[in-house]
Amino acid sequence: MCGIVGLFLKDKALEPQLGSLLTKMLITMTDRGPDSAGIAIYSDNSIGNAKLVVQSDTPELDFEGLTDALSEAIGAPVTMKIASTHAVLDVPQSALDAARTALKTIKPALRVMSRGGSLEIYKEVGLPKDVAARFEIGQMSGSHGIGHTRMATESAVTTMGAHPFNTGDDQCLVHNGSLSNHASLRRKLRREGIHIETENDTEVGAAYLTWQMQNGATLGEALESSLDDLDGFFTFVVGTKDGFGVVRDPIACKPAVMAETDQYVAFGSEYRALVDLPGIEDARVWEPEPATVYFWSHTDQPTQEKAA
Amino acid sequence: MQTLDMADIALREMNATLHAQAETTNQTAWEIVNPKGAHAIACGLDAPIEVTVKGSTGYYCAGMNKQATINIKGSAGPGVAENMMSGTVVIDGDASQYAGATGHGGLLVIKGNASSRCGISMKGINIVVHGNIGHMSAFMAQSGNLVVCGDAGDALGDSLYEARLFVRGSVKSLGADCIEKEMRPEHLAILADLLEQAGADAKPEDFKRYGSARELYNFKIDNAY
Repeated sequence: MCGIVGLFLKDKALEPQLGSLLTKMLITMTDRGPDSAGIAIYSDNSIGNAKLVVQSDTPELDFEGLTDALSEAIGAPVTMKIASTHAVLDVPQSALDAARTALKTIKPALRVMSRGGSLEIYKEVGLPKDVAARFEIGQMSGSHGIGHTRMATESAVTTMGAHPFNTGDDQCLVHNGSLSNHASLRRKLRREGIHIETENDTEVGAAYLTWQMQNGATLGEALESSLDDLDGFFTFVVGTKDGFGVVRDPIACKPAVMAETDQYVAFGSEYRALVDLPGIEDARVWEPEPATVYFWSHTDQPTQEKAA
Repeated sequence: MQTLDMADIALREMNATLHAQAETTNQTAWEIVNPKGAHAIACGLDAPIEVTVKGSTGYYCAGMNKQATINIKGSAGPGVAENMMSGTVVIDGDASQYAGATGHGGLLVIKGNASSRCGISMKGINIVVHGNIGHMSAFMAQSGNLVVCGDAGDALGDSLYEARLFVRGSVKSLGADCIEKEMRPEHLAILADLLEQAGADAKPEDFKRYGSARELYNFKIDNAY
């Protein structure tokens, strides 16, 4: 099972409500997966800094003195905002890679949830309502976001096994389904030097997209080649700095419903997830086609590409 | 007209109320409001009542239906009218995957499009889709009629037994052992009757008939990979 939701806002007036709308959508999907939940939120980043979201099982120990130690290590100012087990570290864009490297020695137990200029990922074991409350997702504003509630099949129920998965700067992925060739693909990607942390199948899917894009593919191209190289069932929703995309495997067993109005484009594993959105009664509601890449961007025209 | 508001009553209570209607009930017209995509609405009915669902439904609406006439004034989620035995289900909007799966009888009308696996393993149900259907429709269909006024997706009628498939538009590809067949007068009569029952404005002569080549009925070494 697993439940996925996504919301891409066209109308800036809705931006202050992004967190609360996404939270409601995800809570509706709770009975599709009670194991862990996560939300990725993209918000405007006019300051130009980069954000590193880190997680700790013992935040009171690990977050103490973290800003000073990190600031000293990278020779640049660092600010931190703590939300339960997560902390958002604000660092200069130019020092992002140095900060990630430095964290490994300063606090080896910290796990990086996300990195990028606009993206923040919050995820933990537990029900969507509890995870959303813990991080106060309902108060957050932003331009687009995706969420996931997990019914674990391929790997353990842990924070690192929760979705969304960060695939690169400002990129993330959620998945409903199961990949059957993840073990061989993980070995291949590790040989190519791609870092894969867990035994989770979706992380391999995320790493595959990262690898494709490192080798020059656009996100759309990476998603299209995933249709050939990933074996198994999947409905993917991906987030990028300025948009979000959807792709389903050619068999398309895993459910997906989309709705579009002048104000937003929304995705849900089921129509139930969309029923409280404003103006849903008059929205265009449809099922995304199998083996077709859909993408909406704040900067470009929407695209729909049928894979060859 | 009796109204059941799903904002006020639980799903089980609503279905139990409909189940309690006997063959001889005088309360024959029911309306369900605020369905909001809930699962298993109006499942397992067995009385000659008319139920109108005012909105879109989630998984398995009108499953196992007997006798009742159910009209969904919106779109239906996966598995609508699954294993229907008799009666009529009409969907004003679209239907998600495996609509009418394993149905033994009755009439399922989809006024919009149906998604993948429409009529999978159908066993006597009649399905009329005013729009298009998705891939793998009528997979292993055993008997009954599937009528499609629009186009059909990939692998139509794969491993088909004896169901009849009528398609007016294009067929993206035929599944294993499914072939185009001659349209004889008796088929035109069946089709004309179903189109009329379904309120579809289409001419039987514009359709093509597809059915089983009956090559998979017995084991043949040529069929093995």
